[in-house]
Parts: sequence; C-alpha cells; structure tokens
Amino acid sequence: MNGGDEVVTAPAGPPQPLDWKFSQVFGERTAGEEVQEVDIISAIEFDKTGDHLATGDRGGRVVLFERTDTKDHDALRRDLERTDHPINRHPEFRYKTEFQSHEPEFDYLKSLEIEEKINKIRWCQTANRALFLLSTNDKTIKFWKVQEKKVKKISEMNLDPPKAVGNGCVASSSNSNSPTLCLANGGSSGNDFSFPPGGLPSLRLPVVTSQETNLVARCRRVYAHAHDYHINSISNNSDGETFISADDLRINLWNLEISNQSFNIVDVKPANMEDLTEVITSAEFHPTHCYMLAYSSSKGSIRLIDLRQSALCDSHAKLFEEPEAPGSRSFFTEIIASISDIKFAKDGRYMLSRDYMTLKLWDINMDSGPVSTFQVHEYLRPKLCDLYENDSIFDKFECCLSGDGLRVATGSYSNLFRIFGCAPGSTEATTLEASKNPMRRQVQTPSRPSRSLSSITRVVRRGAETSGVDANGNSFDFTTKLLHLAWHPTENSIACAAANSLYMYYA
Amino acid sequence: MSTVEAPLYPIAVLIDELKNDDIQLRLNSIRRLSTIARALGEDRTRSELIPFLSENNDDDDEVLLAMAEELGVFVPYVGGVEHAHVLLTPLETLCTVEETCVRDKAVESLCKIGSQMRENDLIERFTPLVKRLAAGEWFTARVSACGLFHIAYPSAPETLKTELRSIYGQLCQDDMPMVRRSAASNLWKFAGTVESAHLKADIMQMFEDLTQDDQDTVRLLAVEGCAALGKLLEPQDCAARILPVIVNFSQDKSWRVRYMVANQLYELCEALGPEPIRTDLLPAYVRLLRDNEAEVRIAAAGKVTKFCQILSPELAIQHILPCVKELSLDSSQHVRAALASVVMGMAPVLGKDATIEQLLPIFLSLLKDEFPDVRLNIISKLDQVNQVIGIDLLSQSLLPAIVELAEDRHWRVRLAIIEYIPLLANQLGVGFFDDKLGGLCMQWLQDKVYSIRDAAAKNLKHLAEEFGPDWAMQHIIPQVLEIANDSHYLHRMTLLRAISLLGPVMGSEITCSKLLPVVVNASKDRVPNIKFNVAKVLQSLISVVDQSVVEKTIRPCLVELSEDPDVDVRYFAVQGLQSIDQVTMSS
Repeated sequence: MNGGDEVVTAPAGPPQPLDWKFSQVFGERTAGEEVQEVDIISAIEFDKTGDHLATGDRGGRVVLFERTDTKDHDALRRDLERTDHPINRHPEFRYKTEFQSHEPEFDYLKSLEIEEKINKIRWCQTANRALFLLSTNDKTIKFWKVQEKKVKKISEMNLDPPKAVGNGCVASSSNSNSPTLCLANGGSSGNDFSFPPGGLPSLRLPVVTSQETNLVARCRRVYAHAHDYHINSISNNSDGETFISADDLRINLWNLEISNQSFNIVDVKPANMEDLTEVITSAEFHPTHCYMLAYSSSKGSIRLIDLRQSALCDSHAKLFEEPEAPGSRSFFTEIIASISDIKFAKDGRYMLSRDYMTLKLWDINMDSGPVSTFQVHEYLRPKLCDLYENDSIFDKFECCLSGDGLRVATGSYSNLFRIFGCAPGSTEATTLEASKNPMRRQVQTPSRPSRSLSSITRVVRRGAETSGVDANGNSFDFTTKLLHLAWHPTENSIACAAANSLYMYYA
Repeated sequence: MSTVEAPLYPIAVLIDELKNDDIQLRLNSIRRLSTIARALGEDRTRSELIPFLSENNDDDDEVLLAMAEELGVFVPYVGGVEHAHVLLTPLETLCTVEETCVRDKAVESLCKIGSQMRENDLIERFTPLVKRLAAGEWFTARVSACGLFHIAYPSAPETLKTELRSIYGQLCQDDMPMVRRSAASNLWKFAGTVESAHLKADIMQMFEDLTQDDQDTVRLLAVEGCAALGKLLEPQDCAARILPVIVNFSQDKSWRVRYMVANQLYELCEALGPEPIRTDLLPAYVRLLRDNEAEVRIAAAGKVTKFCQILSPELAIQHILPCVKELSLDSSQHVRAALASVVMGMAPVLGKDATIEQLLPIFLSLLKDEFPDVRLNIISKLDQVNQVIGIDLLSQSLLPAIVELAEDRHWRVRLAIIEYIPLLANQLGVGFFDDKLGGLCMQWLQDKVYSIRDAAAKNLKHLAEEFGPDWAMQHIIPQVLEIANDSHYLHRMTLLRAISLLGPVMGSEITCSKLLPVVVNASKDRVPNIKFNVAKVLQSLISVVDQSVVEKTIRPCLVELSEDPDVDVRYFAVQGLQSIDQVTMSS
C-alpha cells in the first residue's frame, strides 16, 4: 500500500489552494428557459484516461464528449514541464455523439413502471479505438460499444439494382422468399454449381467506394432480470473481466461477456422484511485489488469485503463506522447518516464517503473512524425539519476525489459545489457555483479578504462554513441541487451537472 | 454490368449480397464463401476475393465470426498449401477485433491453416504475423497472439525460437490482465512444443510468474493448465516444480483458486508417481474436502471416487473415508448432493467389507437426507451399490426413501423419481416391485400435475417393456382400465394417453380385446376433450391392430365422431379417417 507516498513526498507543507476557473458549458440554459425533466443530467463519468466524458440523463440518453486539447500538444506539454513554465492548457471537450441507452418499460408482473433514467455510467477497457461503456437504469444494465464505421457506398454490382428489382425483387433485401434468392442461398445442401477450372471471368466483386465514417453506438449485451430492487451502482473490476451491480439489498457479480447469469455475492435481505433496518446505498470495486469491494449502507457504515473468502460474502472483512457522539441523537440522526456515495481514491488506500451533512475520508487500514471529516451542510442542521418535510433530506449527493488524491469535492444546493484539500495540514475549502462565474458567491462575501489564492492572508475556516457564502442561508434554493460531479482522472478539472447543463471548471 | 448470363444469376446475387444492407443476407453469402471462391477461380480468389475480405472487416460481429470460420477451411480454394499464406492477412485483422468469440475463431482458423503450411512459409509469413500481434497496440491483438505460438515455434530456427520464448515471457507479464489470462491458458499448448531444456528453464519461469500474479483470474487459469503442463515434465521434475505450486494453491487465499485445484487435483495425480500423491496431494485433497467454503467442498466431493481409484484401498479408508462421513453430514445441501452423486462409485474401490461396514451407513443417511436432490442422486446410482452389497441390505431403507420422494410436494422431484422407476424395477426385480411400488405407479396416474400424469403413463410403458406383456396384463392393465370410470375427465384423459403408449407394447391381440373397447366406449364421453383424444388415440392404434379391426371398429367410431357437434372433435376424427385411407392405399 503506497497510498500515503504522495502525501509524504509532497513538498513541505500542504499544496496551495487551487484557483478555479470556468472552462466550458454544454446545454446552457437561456434566461427563462424551462428545463425539461428528461434533459436533467443523472450521471457523469470520465473514462480512465480522461480523454472521454459521458453523461446520462433522465430521458435514458447517454452523451459522449471527447477531449480536444491533448493529442497535438503532448510534446509541447512535456517541454513546458521540463522548463517549469506554468501550463496554461486545460482539458477541453467537445460533443462527440449521443445515443438512446434505455427506454421506459413496464413490468407487467409487478405492475411497475421502469423509468429510463440513467442511474450510473461506467467506462470499460477501450479496444481498437472503439469505446465501451456500461449504463444502467433501475433494473437493466447495458454494455455499449461506440465505434466509427465506414459509410458503405457500393458500386460495380453484378446486377443493376433497378434491373434486379425488375427481375422479381432479387436484390430486395427484405424479401427473403423470392424464388431466385432461395436458389442463391438455399443451395447449401451440396455443390450444385459446377464451375470451369479458371473460374467465371464475368463475375465481379462489389466495390466499396466511400471512405466516410460516422459514429455508431451498438448495444452489445443486456444484463437484465437480476435485480428485484433498484440498481444504485455498477462498478468494474480491475481484472477487466467482471463487474458488480448493486441494488438496495443485493450485490451481483457479472462477467462482461456473459449476460444470462450472475452470481449473488452480497445479500442483506432479512428473512422477514419487517426486520429490515439497513439498505445498500452504493458499491464500488477497489481500483487495483480485484478481490476487494466496498459498499455503503443507509446506516452510515461502509463494509469492505474480500471476494476470496467465500462465495457469498455475507460477512464483511472490515466495517467502517463513525462512533456516534453521545447525546447528539435526534429523529434525523439515522436519516442524515445514510451514505449516498462512496469512491475509492486512485491508489486504493483511501475511500471517500458522502452523507447528507459531511464528506468523510477513510483509510482502509483504519476502521476506527474517518481520517478527516469535511462539513458540507452543517448550516442546514437547524432546518432539518423543513428538509425532511420537502424530502430534500433524502437527496443523494455524489462525491469525487482528484486523481492525485489531494482534494475531494461534492455538490450542494443552489447549484453550489465544494472542494476541500485533504492532504495533512491543508485548510483548503472552496465553494463554487455551477455557472459561468464560479466565484460569484464569494465575491459577494464582505468578510473575504482577497480572491488572490496565493495570498497567505486568505482565511478559510476549515470545517465550518465561511460565513459569507452561507450566512444568507435562507436564500438557498433546494430545488437547484448539484448532485452529480466528477473529477478528471489526471488533471484538476471538474465536470458537474446543474439540471440539464454540464459545467466544466479547471485550475 | 448487367451482362450476367442466366445460369450465373444465383452466384451473381450471392456475390452482390456480400455487401447487402441486410445482415442476414450478408451472413448467408459469407457462409457460402467457398462457392463464390470456386466461381471466381483460384487466381481471382487470391487476387480479388481475399483482399476484398481483408478490406471490409468492420462488419457486424456475426458476419465476422462466420468469415473467421470459413477462412479456416479455405486453403483448397486459394490454390492449395503453397498459397495458404494469402489467408493470413484477413485472419490477422480478425484476430484484433473486440469480440472475443470472433478472435477465438480467427485464432482457431489460423492454427488450422498454420498446421498445413510449408515450413518456409511458416517462418517467413506466419511467425512475423505472430510477432506483429504480440506487439499489437491494443490488448485484443496480444490476447490472440498467445494462442498461435505453438504453431509458429516448432519450425522456427534457433534464434527465432529464443525470440519467441522471450516474447511469450513478456506476454505473461503484460499490463493487461486479459493478456496474462490468455498467456496462462495457452501456456501448456506452447510448452508442448518447446524443447525439454527450455521447458524446464523458460517455460517453468513463466509458469511461476503467472502463479504469483496478483489477479485471481490469472492464477486461476495457471492452475487449470497445471495438470497438462505436469504431464510434459518428467515425474521427478513435475514433483519438484509443479507439486509445490499446487500444494500452495490448495491453500490459496481465494476460494476460487482452491476450487480450481479441487477440480484439477485428480488429473495432476496421473502425472505424478504414487509417492508424492501419498505425501503431498493426499493431505492437500483432505484439506480441500474440509475447506471452509462450500463451493470448494462441492468440487472436492465430486471427485472423491476418482481420487479413491488412484489410491490404495487402505489409504482411501484411512484418509478419505472419515472426510466422506463428515461431508455426508455437511451443512450445505449442495455438498451432500455432490457427494451423493459419486459416493456410490467408492463401493467397488473399497470392497465388500469396508463398504458394508463404513460406506453403507453413509448411503443410508444420505438416503434419508431432508434435501430431495441428495436422495435422488443416491437412487440414480443404485446399480453400482447393488453390484457390491446386493439389494436385500438396501431395500429396507430404500423403500421409505422412494415412497417419500414419490409423494414429495415438489412435482419436479416426483418427476425425477418416476424417471428412475424403470431402473429400480430392473434392479429390484418383479417380486419386490409388485409388493411395494406398483401402487405408487398407479397413484401417479392421478397426480394433480399434468407432467407427472404424463410421465406416469410413459413409466407404465417402460415397465411393460421391462417385465413383459404377461406381467403387464396381470398388474397394470386391470388397474389402468378402471380409471375409465373415474369422474374426473383429466384422469380419463390420462387413461387414453396410457393406452396409446401401451398399445404398441402389448401387441395386437391384447389391444383389440382389452384396450380398444375402452377407447370406443370413451368416444361416447360427454366431454369433447375426451372425444377428440379418442380420435387421436384411435389414429395411433391404426398401425397396431389388423386391417380388419380398423375397418370394423375404428372406422365406424371415427365416422361417428366426425359428425360430432364439436368442431375440434370433428377435426381430429377427419384426420384419423384420412390416415386410415392412407394406410389402406399404401397397403
């Protein structure tokens, strides 16, 4: 485990806070434009290289973006790095393609509507320039291949298409009953043709002329009928061969190539559903150890399981829980403890979890409590009752870690998201708004001394909210929540979703 | 362009459809690629068709799969072995596609072609292809490369051989687990072609690397090849190099690896002498039988008989039998079921005394198992125990088990036991059968589940075949015919089904005297379903009875039914009459 190395070898003192800037927006709303429900983004995911980004929406569509700035500048970048110049290039993306991944369905046996909303997207191993990804709604996972295909233009046929049609629809592909066709393709029983030794010179092969290409998304496999409850997570294994899917009560293990069977590896369903006290809220494979996976629960615990131990992993290898502070118990304690998302850091040593009020960073070698806790919503504590009444308390915010593991980020209300430094000694805590001017909120802050991030006078009270941002907490808008966001795997760049718009920032 | 003469028309369509928009038509054309090649002639196949296929390889996977398969047998169409190398180009591209089944097929076809190619072509054309794939940018090419080394290696000159070994070594340490998996699962094939000295040095080094891989799935496949690899080595080398690895694997942290060992252990024993079996493999196997993961115990229990067969009876009794006893009381029903399906085979190995003393109590406890599959597995292998200890000892415990299964509330269990009744009848003999099981066979005819009633009717037929018509006349027919008066029409329908099955076995005479009157009587049933089934049964009896009976009894009955108010009854009656006419005409 070398997770701590980066922290240890980092130059003395915590890294400098980052200066975040607006980079791009896709699907920006014009003033007064109403957001269509189906356009609301419900999943965001970078691929492993960071060259591609995928979003899913409530309408069951998956949109792919590709990075435009890297390919030709790699050499240049290396030069710049060597001469220690600041690099002013940042990831830029362009729309690549989109496809309809899921359609609304109806389960007739259970009389249930199955929404087309994309719950999660995960990228798989790229091969031959084709992109592969898994997308899931509540019930069904699909494996997609997106690839450039040649647009075929055929010339030089043996038979002129119009003439062939005149001769009894021979070339008409739809009519497989036409008599000539049967002759052509039905003679498999024997070598009923006899040909001269040199072949027949009058026959020619079709010639394909056009070399134009276009992107085609094809659904390669459908992994269905394995979940009784709603799927909340999918996660690829580092072995490149398997993945898991988790619903409220069970986690199943699949082989990517086999869609008709899966193995149940975790089942928390009690014999009597009345005894149910805890559900699975999120699950993820360890980034390098193929046998290890973590899942979080609605009671605020994370369980680490070892697939090597047993076929059915009902007993966890490690349990991560924060001991409850005595006397602090209230009606909402359990609700706000529920973990909405967990992520492993790239090195696999740390795990990040998000509950309603906080972000917590865990060391997988330390199960006594989190390494650090970052307050995200502390100012909402007095309003929990209202949040409960309007169901906002059940909002599921996602969280993410930077590729270097030094920072963490998560979303909030009013289209805000927060970034914290998690290196030891770091006091970095930034609040940004998903808009073209991410620092807008801070600018209003009277108590804030300066926007200059190099300034050592900058005061950020770690943990507690910086007063200005949230002092006027009343103005927080619970309908505009920033649930989904993702950190670029190698650079300081964040993609986040505000309703139907995808905002990207860099530092 | 449209100058194709009439006889060529079909082949012209076939060629044009290589590029049709409809995938089914493209698939058809690819499947008949050999016809196209013959029409074009060998020269143009080489110069036009093969390049055409090489260029148009971004098709659907189904088409590519078919192409990969066809090309494997294409050598005659390109002009024989001396031109076989032209086929390498399209197959090389197919080796790099993303779909595993296409790649596997392309590798298979390349191996087929490579094994026919001339040595010179192998060195100049095939080996470079293998090297290109092994150095491929995408993992798909490298995965395919692993499966081709055993073709390229034997004919390569010494320097090239060294290079190939080193490339394979690199593949075993590739970044992508998929490549390492492919290297692991193909290692034994490659090893089979490598000279003994290099086998011991290079190949074993690769093997050891793979066995220490941190991906469970790679280690898993390394185990799978263990036995095959072991057989290539001298027994002492095998004991020195493979045995420690296997013993180590049998205690691997991952239950999946141990599961694989449990499955492979027996084969590895064949490669080793008796001594290492006793000192190393036996303790390893005993550990696996007592593994804490049920899946591993299932795999180990399933091999218990095979393993005992290579041990001396003393060792089996001393070491394996205690484990078998434990397994028969295992907490997992699947372990007990796996044990039950093979444990019978131990009887001949252990001999009569040990069987009666030690094994019989185990059989009996498994026969009383609460899980029906366990009991069924024992019963299905009854013939094996019978040979050793005789049925008398068993019958006492057997019968309650059978009766219980016969009345199990799961109809699939009842179905399974019915299917074993002929075997039981054969083993138990007429006397025992009459006393104990006859009643059950009749009872099933009136089961609530159709499948059971149907199986019961078939069972009667098997019994009649087993014990002969005379016995059937005495023990089956009277009871069956009684059902004719049953008030439930579904039961009466079962009777008709039984009659149609029994008729051919019982012969013309009994059919005419006993069965036919019942059928004819049933044609006056008030339920139309019965009546049209009568029509169907009569139709099936036409071939059993004499022509005169057909005319005298069957035809009038069918004629009457053909005027029935119910449309279905009329339909089947008319069908019956038609088949009478057909039989009459043909005779």
